[in-house]
Amino acid sequence: MKQRALGLYAVAIYAFLHVPLLVLAVFSFNSTKFTVWRGFSLEWYETAFRDAGLLDASLNSLIIAVVASLLATVCGTLCAYGLWKRRAPLLSGSLYLSLVTPEIVTGISLLALFQWMFRFLRIQLGMHTVILAHVAFSLAYVVIVVMARLRTFDPALEEAAMDLGASEWQAFRQVTLPSILPGVIAAGLLAFTVSIDDYVITSLVAGVDSETLPMVIFQMARRGVSPVVNAISTIIVVVLGGMILLSERLQR
Amino acid sequence: MTLFLLPRLRIWFLAPARAVNLLLFLAPMAIVLAYSLLSRGIYGGVERPFTFESYTRLIDPLYGGILLRSFWISGLSTLLCLVLGFPMALFIARSGARRNLYLSLVILPFWTSFLVRTYAWMFLLRDTGLINTILQSLGIIREPLPLLYNDGAVILGLVYGYLPFMVLPLYTTLEKLDKSLLEASADLGATPWVTLTRIVIPLSAPGIRAGSILVFITCLGAYLTPDLLGGSKTVMIGNVIQNQFTQARDWPFGAALSLALMALVMVMLIVILRRDKEQLL
Repeated sequence: MKQRALGLYAVAIYAFLHVPLLVLAVFSFNSTKFTVWRGFSLEWYETAFRDAGLLDASLNSLIIAVVASLLATVCGTLCAYGLWKRRAPLLSGSLYLSLVTPEIVTGISLLALFQWMFRFLRIQLGMHTVILAHVAFSLAYVVIVVMARLRTFDPALEEAAMDLGASEWQAFRQVTLPSILPGVIAAGLLAFTVSIDDYVITSLVAGVDSETLPMVIFQMARRGVSPVVNAISTIIVVVLGGMILLSERLQR
Repeated sequence: MTLFLLPRLRIWFLAPARAVNLLLFLAPMAIVLAYSLLSRGIYGGVERPFTFESYTRLIDPLYGGILLRSFWISGLSTLLCLVLGFPMALFIARSGARRNLYLSLVILPFWTSFLVRTYAWMFLLRDTGLINTILQSLGIIREPLPLLYNDGAVILGLVYGYLPFMVLPLYTTLEKLDKSLLEASADLGATPWVTLTRIVIPLSAPGIRAGSILVFITCLGAYLTPDLLGGSKTVMIGNVIQNQFTQARDWPFGAALSLALMALVMVMLIVILRRDKEQLL
């Protein structure tokens, strides 16, 4: 009885969490821009796909997310392996700290760094600064996910490899890495999703030529609600949701 | 744990992450610290001399009001998350084999675009949004209700955004709860309500503390939600910081405010890590 009451309550909370996104998606297929259902249409998707600015921004977002998540995955995986071998409290503490730092603080601190670099090295804001920022904030996510996977890995396998004559690097490359690969891929997917979704940090460190998809959506949303934003939002939710599900599966 | 890795090889494994952490996290923070101690430049930027003025301005009544408002909004959102999240965590912890699925259903929206989720509420709450349209067509109201651009909308957006932060640690402690204690309590004649308030809630205190602090500090640093859902009066610390670096061009003050926020986050985290490390990890 009590669990049933809790169950009803849970349904209400699940509705609270999921219905707003569902409604958003449903109305992206509405044939009018008013919030009244007038029939199915793909008009807003067509408009979105014809919008050159939107496509440019999406391409920028994709390039940034792919490059940043690859870099973060490589650095993070090596780091997790090193930390798994022996703890380094200062480094891991500092990584955790970067994870809990409010985004706006991370953003302005990176902006301050890049401004300073501009003053002395004449490096301007652009895609490269956005990529660097994204590597910085997604690194800790990768380390945590890969580390969780390493905890389930039996170190004896590595020892066996080395007893059989493998060097340390060979043991890592041919024994450990293949068996933690699902965790590494999961970490990469996670890094990709946090990168492609970021607005706060990106908007501070982006230059004129590096506008990303979230920046465009934010500006459109500030101007007011539009079914085109609904359409883009739906695509984003479906794609990111799929990647997260995949990442979760791989982490099991 | 193996200690096979030679120190020299381990250095190279850690080197890239150390470089990223040093150059793109610690160094920027050091620059912010330096900025917070400098004076405001005429055209933005910073100038000498060194001064503590930016820190003394933190208690200026003009900004004190904004700080208090941020604390109030974050505190209320945290409380709502706790009240809404506790029964949810209890439900998931008691669902046996399906608990992973139920937990994923809470976490999934959390990972899908925060920006889109905030926008979804703009779509629902605005004057010509879904809620007002439905209420008007049912004849319940004539004029649209002012649901968007106020403190309430911001609190709703924060609760919606960060509820999973509360449910996860609560679930972790509730899941570890020894079932025999509940049976013992019932055997000794306690009603379910008494068992809940005298056994379950006290034993899940570490989860309550962790969830509350996690939600509170995240809300305190919120930027997107107050910007999109809040009105011109609902300004939170995050928006003030951003404004100092873009429009107001008072970098030292923005830097001081950032570090104050950071210090608060660190203090709170150290407190729970000291107290509840064993129960939570």
